[in-house]
Amino acid sequence: MGESLLGNEGITMKQFAKLVNILGTSTKTNDKLQALQDYFEVAADQDKVWVIAIFSGRRPKRIINSTILAGWCLEIAAIEPWLFDECYHTVGDLGETIALLLPEQETQNETGNEHTLSYYLQTFIRIEKETEQVKKDFITSSWQQMDRNEKFVFNKLITGGFRIGVSQTMMVNALAKTVKVSSSIIAHRISGNWDPATTSFDDLLSETVAATDFSKPYPFYLAYAVDEDLDKLGEEDLWQAEWKWDGIRGQIIKRNKDFFVWSRGEELMTEKFPEYNHFKDQLPDGTVIDGEIISLGAPAEDGVFKPLPFAALQTRIGRKTITKKQLTEAPVGFIAYDILEFEGEDIRYKSMEERRQLLEQVIAKTNYPALHISPVISFNTWEELGVTRTKSRDMGSEGIMIKRKSSPYQSGRKRGDWWKWKIDPLTIDAVMIYAQKGHGRRSNLYTDYTFAVKDGDKLVPFTKAYSGLTDKEFAQVDSFVKRNSIEKFGPVRTVKPELVFEIAFEGIAASNRHKSGVALRFPRMSRWRTDKKADEINTLEDLKEMLKIYNQQGVVEATDL
Amino acid sequence: MPLIEFSDKGLYCRQGNFYIDPWKPVDKAVITHAHSDHARWGSKYYLCHHLTKPLLQLRLGDNLYESVDWNEPVFINGVKVSLHPAGHIIGSAQIRVEYEGEVWVASGDYKTEDDGISGAFEPVPCNTFITESTFGLPIYKWKKQLDIFEDIKNWVAQNKENKKTSVLIAYSLGKAQRVLMPLSEMGLPVYVHGAVWNVHQALVNSGWKLPEVTRVQPDTPKEDLVGNIVIAPPSADGTPWMKKFYPYSVGTCSGWMQVRGNARRRNTDAGFALSDHADWYGLLQAVKATGAQKVYATHGFQSAFSRFLNEQGIEAGEVKTEYGGEEEESKAAEETEEIIMDNG
Repeated sequence: MGESLLGNEGITMKQFAKLVNILGTSTKTNDKLQALQDYFEVAADQDKVWVIAIFSGRRPKRIINSTILAGWCLEIAAIEPWLFDECYHTVGDLGETIALLLPEQETQNETGNEHTLSYYLQTFIRIEKETEQVKKDFITSSWQQMDRNEKFVFNKLITGGFRIGVSQTMMVNALAKTVKVSSSIIAHRISGNWDPATTSFDDLLSETVAATDFSKPYPFYLAYAVDEDLDKLGEEDLWQAEWKWDGIRGQIIKRNKDFFVWSRGEELMTEKFPEYNHFKDQLPDGTVIDGEIISLGAPAEDGVFKPLPFAALQTRIGRKTITKKQLTEAPVGFIAYDILEFEGEDIRYKSMEERRQLLEQVIAKTNYPALHISPVISFNTWEELGVTRTKSRDMGSEGIMIKRKSSPYQSGRKRGDWWKWKIDPLTIDAVMIYAQKGHGRRSNLYTDYTFAVKDGDKLVPFTKAYSGLTDKEFAQVDSFVKRNSIEKFGPVRTVKPELVFEIAFEGIAASNRHKSGVALRFPRMSRWRTDKKADEINTLEDLKEMLKIYNQQGVVEATDL
Repeated sequence: MPLIEFSDKGLYCRQGNFYIDPWKPVDKAVITHAHSDHARWGSKYYLCHHLTKPLLQLRLGDNLYESVDWNEPVFINGVKVSLHPAGHIIGSAQIRVEYEGEVWVASGDYKTEDDGISGAFEPVPCNTFITESTFGLPIYKWKKQLDIFEDIKNWVAQNKENKKTSVLIAYSLGKAQRVLMPLSEMGLPVYVHGAVWNVHQALVNSGWKLPEVTRVQPDTPKEDLVGNIVIAPPSADGTPWMKKFYPYSVGTCSGWMQVRGNARRRNTDAGFALSDHADWYGLLQAVKATGAQKVYATHGFQSAFSRFLNEQGIEAGEVKTEYGGEEEESKAAEETEEIIMDNG
């Protein structure tokens, strides 16, 4: 990599495509890090800004939908739509399928395409409002100048979802090494609300600008799952336990009289939760609170809060406008975990004990009924906490969080101070009835399955699941599907109902969108039940029974505080 | 009665009472090539090409073999059988079957690009053509062999610069010999896994002039390997056998590497889409060159490929056989045994 990048005056799309290729295929973190660093060393500032933007999920708006894009490819490659679909389902990635199907230029040479990454992205922005013909001309003529690798990357930039095996953390680390600033500072500087089209590299990474962007959130501190033996954590006294709530982790920011709500995915969600307007004025300027955005039942006059199933919150996210009906059916509250900024000062370095006191102080000055502080669970022994944990589901929670009282608020997923101790999932045995090929590294392999339970002598599909098996098991199931498929509907194969799996899930809710009448939360295959036959699976009746038991709303007494 | 039937034991010629590449033991088997999904154990008599015979002896042991040259007809109960180059691996053949003026050709596995060691694929005019379709989708369009070799050499050179050993994953029979030629031009020592070594020796003993290789032994000094080349079969990938080469980079030579997801799934550092099968365009070219009125596609993307042929006005159907499909896996399984022997 080094030799091809260095000593090259202009860094073009070709180099970026090479970078993406290394990031996408390399199996070693160090190689990826090195490739990013090499790129940052030589790339033009504007290209660097765009690379940061892309790898932190800030792509320009999609200028054309996938169907139209695929249509242009069909036209140029002169193939029928059904054949394109076959290819797409085998490759598992639209951008790559198109890159593979477009004809290669005969006269491909090293100096073929002089355009830079920024050129393409800025052109996307420039022609966003233009006619389809303008876009078609730009995209199809760009294809003609590119090799297959470049076409793939270019298509990914158009179709979105630039997930190619590089985490934001890795990018931050590479950047930190390049500009010689610590990675936590970099992480903070590139978070928040900034526009790659109008931000220069210097602005993005300079202290002064960071200070004036009032919306900027802190990187979230994430916990690892606790290892088996809690005794290893030492004295119970050193730890604080709380419920683990099942909503969206979020940060609320009040600065300079302005109010912002960020999700953990670094999405600005202020507009989505008008409920929060009720307490934003009660928070003092210079306050940043970490907590859970969560649907709560009827406002609690008696000091009780009731989380609704995650499905309720789902009706609120991903929508542009929120109706009155949604506001009443799925009201959203906030459960505060931690305070990161107090009176304008970054207090992440303070101990959690100190921060908790400040948090209580801040929340006490508010009076909005759906703004809560996360209740602390009192316990004397780890064993006792284990017993409490078994009640999680009744609380509408998914387990327990264990945090070291002396811990600072760190960034990213770190071991040692914060642990999550989730409850065991619910499980049900089901038979696989449909299969479809997967995406990404599961391309051309049947890895996406639909499962059914028994209802008399019928089979009723109730969930899909894609994960939980080892690569070896997936290969075995794939080979079963290929040998035992009954019919083919587009990409979906119906399969002889023979393989039984234990499906694990975190929650169950009623749903009128599914034939079975239920929707599961986080379903996955927890075990391949080779010991069971298809007639030994669970029934629809069993599912409905679970729904009855677990769909009840959790109830937490505020007096627990 | 069709000249060749699709039976549960394999492609069957009733008139001649013989099978082509049967997957169960039979009295008379005509073998296209020595890969284990085509040449299986247990039949009483095997007919193959001269070049295939030593490979069958290596893999299936002593049996009753009869071998012939290209286009040297054998008559079996009035049925004229002849073998024609398929370009897949050393000795690989298409089987031409003729009776009372009707001609069927079973392609076995083939590729249309001449790789210099497997013989140049020869289109054989026929009425009915049974073709493989392992890579029967238009996403599979191979780069020229020379360009891929160039990529492999660059990769090896860069590994050498980084003081890493280049471990190339290639089938012990076919791909290993194919990559050996260009690699030997680099002037670096080439080490091979035991499975590759066995095939190499069998070929050398039957008169092939192949570049020199060294078998990796438990006492091969680590310093000798640094920056050099190791060729190993897919089944060795990711096993403790590889530890010896650390630090190393793994490059996989397979048509499946055309799609990024496959390379990522295999956790390979570099994927080279070098295949011993025809790509989509090769398949189409081969089908057209036979002039066949009827085509059967088998193994791989047979349904898409036959549908496409029908749309082009060539009558085509799909046949389920037990060849390939998961070709990579089945060959890997065969080589596992050799590895166990090698490690032991």
